[in-house]
Amino acid sequence: MPLMANVSKSVELLRFSTCGSVDDGKSTLIGRLLHDSKSVFEDQLQALERAREQRGEASVNLANLTDGLRAEREQGITIDVAYRYFATPKRRFIVADTPGHLQYTRNMVTGASTASLALVLVDARKGVIEQTRRHSYIASLLGIPHLVLCVNKMDLVDFSEEVYEKIRQEFTIFSTRLRITHISFIPMSGLLGDNVVEPSTRMPWYQGEPLLSFLEDVHIASDWNLQDSRFPVQWVVRPQDGAYRDFRAYAGQIASGVFRVGDRVLVLPSGRSSKIKDIVLMDQSMKIAHAPMSVSLLLEDEIDVSRGDLIVPVENLPYIGKEAEAMLCWMHETPMQPGRKYLIKHTTNSTKGVITSLHCRVNVETLEEEEASVLGLNEIGKVSIRSATPLVYDEYYRNRRLGGFIVVDEASSATVGAGMLVEPTKVPPLPEYTDYAI
Amino acid sequence: MNISLGPPDLAVEDLRMGSVWLEAGMEHYFLSHLEVLEAEAIHIMREVAAEFRRPVMMFSGGKDSICMLRLAEKAFRPARFPFPLLHIDTGHNFPEVIEFRDRRAAQLSERLIVRTVQDAIEAGIATEPGGADRSRNWLQIPTLLSAIEEFKFDAAFGGARRDEEKARAKERVFSFRDEFGQWDPRNQRPELWNLYNTRISPGQHIRVFPLSNWTELDIWQYIEREGLEIPSIYFAHEREMFQREGLWMSRSELLPLRRGEAVAWKTVRFRTVGDIISTAAIESAASTVGEIIEEIAATRITERGARADDRRSETAMEDRKREGYF
Repeated sequence: MPLMANVSKSVELLRFSTCGSVDDGKSTLIGRLLHDSKSVFEDQLQALERAREQRGEASVNLANLTDGLRAEREQGITIDVAYRYFATPKRRFIVADTPGHLQYTRNMVTGASTASLALVLVDARKGVIEQTRRHSYIASLLGIPHLVLCVNKMDLVDFSEEVYEKIRQEFTIFSTRLRITHISFIPMSGLLGDNVVEPSTRMPWYQGEPLLSFLEDVHIASDWNLQDSRFPVQWVVRPQDGAYRDFRAYAGQIASGVFRVGDRVLVLPSGRSSKIKDIVLMDQSMKIAHAPMSVSLLLEDEIDVSRGDLIVPVENLPYIGKEAEAMLCWMHETPMQPGRKYLIKHTTNSTKGVITSLHCRVNVETLEEEEASVLGLNEIGKVSIRSATPLVYDEYYRNRRLGGFIVVDEASSATVGAGMLVEPTKVPPLPEYTDYAI
Repeated sequence: MNISLGPPDLAVEDLRMGSVWLEAGMEHYFLSHLEVLEAEAIHIMREVAAEFRRPVMMFSGGKDSICMLRLAEKAFRPARFPFPLLHIDTGHNFPEVIEFRDRRAAQLSERLIVRTVQDAIEAGIATEPGGADRSRNWLQIPTLLSAIEEFKFDAAFGGARRDEEKARAKERVFSFRDEFGQWDPRNQRPELWNLYNTRISPGQHIRVFPLSNWTELDIWQYIEREGLEIPSIYFAHEREMFQREGLWMSRSELLPLRRGEAVAWKTVRFRTVGDIISTAAIESAASTVGEIIEEIAATRITERGARADDRRSETAMEDRKREGYF
């Protein structure tokens, strides 16, 4: 077996998203990745074979490996984000497989939010189209650091280098408008398997790696922000009995950066200061911990710390303010109305808030900014928000975990929006902390 | 990436989780995929504890829920879990698993609530199916919903994983249920970053799956890494078996033999522990966790392929989930 699920323990995890529509052959490509990396099992293949017989189709439909819901298989479309898992000896992969139509923009945003790499599919016959630009823009908007443009269906253009080069140049020019700096191109055929797992013999002019090798090798170790140490407090561990009568630890997942025993820290937004006494997890005690570990911090001083607070080092502070600006993707049928109150969930903090104004809407087909008074379903715009309690945050594109927030409608409890905080136009002055003595 | 030379003031045990090392004057950091998944699951559990009033953790004694208990220890120790454990017992479980379930809960000094399908049948909430197929899988649904109502639970943790089945691949980590316990796959809340919308209306509840992104192999690697005890039926043992529809089933009074079925002693183990009626064994000689991991890495059949209840139709799991199944 050339590829086998990984047995060794220390492999990296790569989360990537795929955007594309059925016409791009996206589900077929994923099916091909799973199939050719030996991640599809015999009983799954048998199930595909049974389905093929039942429908009287000529060949097994690899897309059925990923389209899980009854309606999807019946209509031949992908409705929702599906998560797929596979492994090679080098890496473990989580694929967020998202539908490509305009009406599923919110699903794409959802899938992209946790991805460090985006696969964008292009039909070689059609080249860069509006949908390609939209998918790439969303990947860029969500701060994905790596993008691979998969020029698919090369079999239908006679594996022509000329066709591929034209698409590559066109996309390269377009991509100057994106935030993503690491962009790669791979010509392939998901249907026939060329350059998916095995290098293509029909495109000798392509010198690069096939897709799977690329996914195995792309450098992702630096994708986590390890500069800005941020610890959102999730939960206070207080046993209050026996030997642990006075034990008090602040539990959470390190959003970014590194914490060490002895670090001088501030608790925000209150501004109280202390020093890290210990870092623990169950029966382990450690001197150093880094993102994205879940741990508990013990502080030297008995100060008031609770859920929603952020622990940061005294020498590297985030933005704090009740007013902020953000890019907002609207996810609900009821349009966003400036002036209406919503709940904002940001890190472990929930606060009431109001979207005070809508500066512009981004036309996701042309990427032009337009004037608008409301944001409808699947629309993206730039907004100002005001919150009841201060938001303690970093700019999203510097630190995704500290810059993302969701908007919840209090009446329906629905998640109606996803926001990405941008650098404030006027940086609010830092509060004067009374015990800010270092 | 795996070679980690710790700074001189760090003891080796400090590096048991994650790795930090110095190279060319720069500090390097590394978390393995298992450590990333662990950190994510602990985060999810703490979110539930913080945002719900009456959570409960499902505990069956199976391998996934054994990992869930260890993750809960990591999330909340030295305090007790901020929720009880709940098992919906079909009455058709393997005795080895039930013994283990009770022992493990006692070891951890955590509260275990057991509600049985039998009680639900007697109370008229559920009806025993007749005919050849006597699986009580469907009957766990009303039993579970009645337990949720009895204790007013507003969030229930489950150990289900997305790699198990196609419908599960589309389910959210926080999966919203209406007052009838139903899942509506086309109307799920968008779930972004690690921000979970936990708001529910009275009568509604949420199922939470901290192991959503784990695979079967991850579970076994975690059991090995943490040195967790598991019920004996996961390891190869001699058992009286017979073959039905290509699957090896346990000889049991719950499964009367049909014409042509012959019982034989086989060396088998179980990959999942559902109830006796619907859980098939595989022929295996794997007698340690390490051997199981090797076997799984090489295996060509999915885990749920050995569950008769999922083979009935392409959408068997989706249909059960819509009705309130885990």
